Amino acid sequence: MATTSIRSSKNNQPNALFDRRPLNFDPTLKRNRINRVLTSIAGVFGALAVLPLFLVLLYVLFQGGRLLSPTLFTQLPPPPGLDGGGIGNAVIGTILVTLIASVIAIPIGVGGGIYLNEYSTRGWFSQFISFGNDILAGVPSIITGVFVYGIVVSTRLFFNQSFSAVAGGLALAVLMLPTVIKTTDEGLKLVPQELRWGSYGIGASKFVTVMRVTLPAAFTPIATGVVLAIARAAGETAPLIFTALFSPFWPEGIFNPIATMSVLIFNFSIMPYEAQNELAWAASFVLVIMILAANLIARWISSLSRN
Amino acid sequence: MPTDSATTAHAADAYLLRRRPPSEKLLDTGFRQLSLVMASTVAVVLISIFLVVFTGAREAIGEFGLAFLTTSGWDPVNQQYGAFVAIYGTLVTSILSLTIAVPLGVGTAILITEDVLPKTIRDAVGLMVELLAAIPSVVLGLWAIFVMEPAIRPALNLLHAWLGWSPFFNTTAQGPGMAPAILILVVMVLPIITAISRDALNQVPVELRQGAYGVGTTRWGAIFSVILPAAVSAITGGVMLSLGRAMGETMAVTMIIGNSINFNISLLAPGNTIASMLANQFGEADGIQVSALMYAAVILMILTFTVNVLAQWIVRRLSLRY
Repeated sequence: MATTSIRSSKNNQPNALFDRRPLNFDPTLKRNRINRVLTSIAGVFGALAVLPLFLVLLYVLFQGGRLLSPTLFTQLPPPPGLDGGGIGNAVIGTILVTLIASVIAIPIGVGGGIYLNEYSTRGWFSQFISFGNDILAGVPSIITGVFVYGIVVSTRLFFNQSFSAVAGGLALAVLMLPTVIKTTDEGLKLVPQELRWGSYGIGASKFVTVMRVTLPAAFTPIATGVVLAIARAAGETAPLIFTALFSPFWPEGIFNPIATMSVLIFNFSIMPYEAQNELAWAASFVLVIMILAANLIARWISSLSRN
Repeated sequence: MPTDSATTAHAADAYLLRRRPPSEKLLDTGFRQLSLVMASTVAVVLISIFLVVFTGAREAIGEFGLAFLTTSGWDPVNQQYGAFVAIYGTLVTSILSLTIAVPLGVGTAILITEDVLPKTIRDAVGLMVELLAAIPSVVLGLWAIFVMEPAIRPALNLLHAWLGWSPFFNTTAQGPGMAPAILILVVMVLPIITAISRDALNQVPVELRQGAYGVGTTRWGAIFSVILPAAVSAITGGVMLSLGRAMGETMAVTMIIGNSINFNISLLAPGNTIASMLANQFGEADGIQVSALMYAAVILMILTFTVNVLAQWIVRRLSLRY
């Protein structure tokens, strides 16, 4: 096709260095047809990728939203076979366990990230830590549950208690730690070196520089990562099944088994009772709203620096 | 003149080298050491995970040896354990789900990064895929039990009617099974693959793109022969990472795979994975069953560890020079 058009143009204007024919787009060309087919395939793939989100959200909002009432948050789940009830204990439990995990993981993670970026010489030790951090991020969440079961639950480490909210919090903390370290490290990398030099130049010590200059400058990316890590931890179930276990009662302190929304969804979804299944949908609704809100907050935080 | 020298002397006094007080130095080194300890936590946790799981598994490793990998009985009464069903299920569900998710994810990433659609629509698609990643796996499992599985069951039975002669489809779909588990895994790894592919495609230098269009190729010519080859190492790394994620994914799979202890090659029949076996049995197990479960956990860890190390190696070593 192309060769013929060149030949014909040469016949028309033998002296012209370049072909003067106007730019034209021939949609019947094979390459253009293939192009259109592939573009529409990509469009279909994109639609397929987005479809599950709509379907899941639709069902969670409809099935869970219609059960939304004040009693949902003030009552305990009913015994099997009975109707009504709420998920009050599980809401408190999720907040408590996630809080314990955050209190453990955020300081350690931010500290570790500070070490990696501010103090380490990028020698073998910090490379080993970064590598280990990536590996830890890839450890399946159920394994962290097995790990915490092995060192805390089966050994009755805390006050001779086996399953406890603290054990669940520890398992979630192991999950959160790599994310927090990674985002802190990456966030600090974005801070211009001149800021640190300026701080040293006016006589600040390294500690003061990190605390008053570098960390505040990297606040936005770190906060975004931390909020996302908290949101992810709040929805995790696998590490909690045999660490925090479940409890049909109100929380009895952090050294006792505790109900969480995620484990409640798991336990109640496989029960053959209508009331329990409905509570599972309601808990999904609350959990999804909380997590989506956290995600939107994280996006808002990260947009702060751009403006 | 005298006044001038006086001010210089004053200035010299003001800017005399001041030594830091010991307390400040202590704080400085103390904080350094503290952050070092915090960074070491990663190594300590990682090594103790391996140690705890491995010591827990030692009894079962001694008892069953390597035959554990190839036998398929799981019998708490006679205390005979073999993890073949779970290992097979883990590999089959994760690999098949990736075969579906990789074209979907990379296709979506291309759609988001190329200027096929207006930017607002592309950003919206990107945001929605990210939000899909945020939905907890237990909620996806709940949705899979009550909505997805009943909805796709007729389609799966149609598959059985057409392809029933092959061993992979020779049972009817009657509820939970491997096929729904594979589909829910697709939903779970899709956002990861899309996000990593999108980052990889965005990092391809714009000159490469312009060069490709400059020599007169079409959009898909540029994508297939220039842009994708330039991004292939990062995409492959991302695919390996999501393979590790798919292998270790627990909740949604546990809720929909049926947790059968019997081996069945059919994808429409109930199956099991290592992670779902752990989730189901670990809480109530005692004696050597705990050890056998720990042994299965060791296998899962070795699988995900290998895949993750391979992923990092691919990203570091196989990056194209352009």
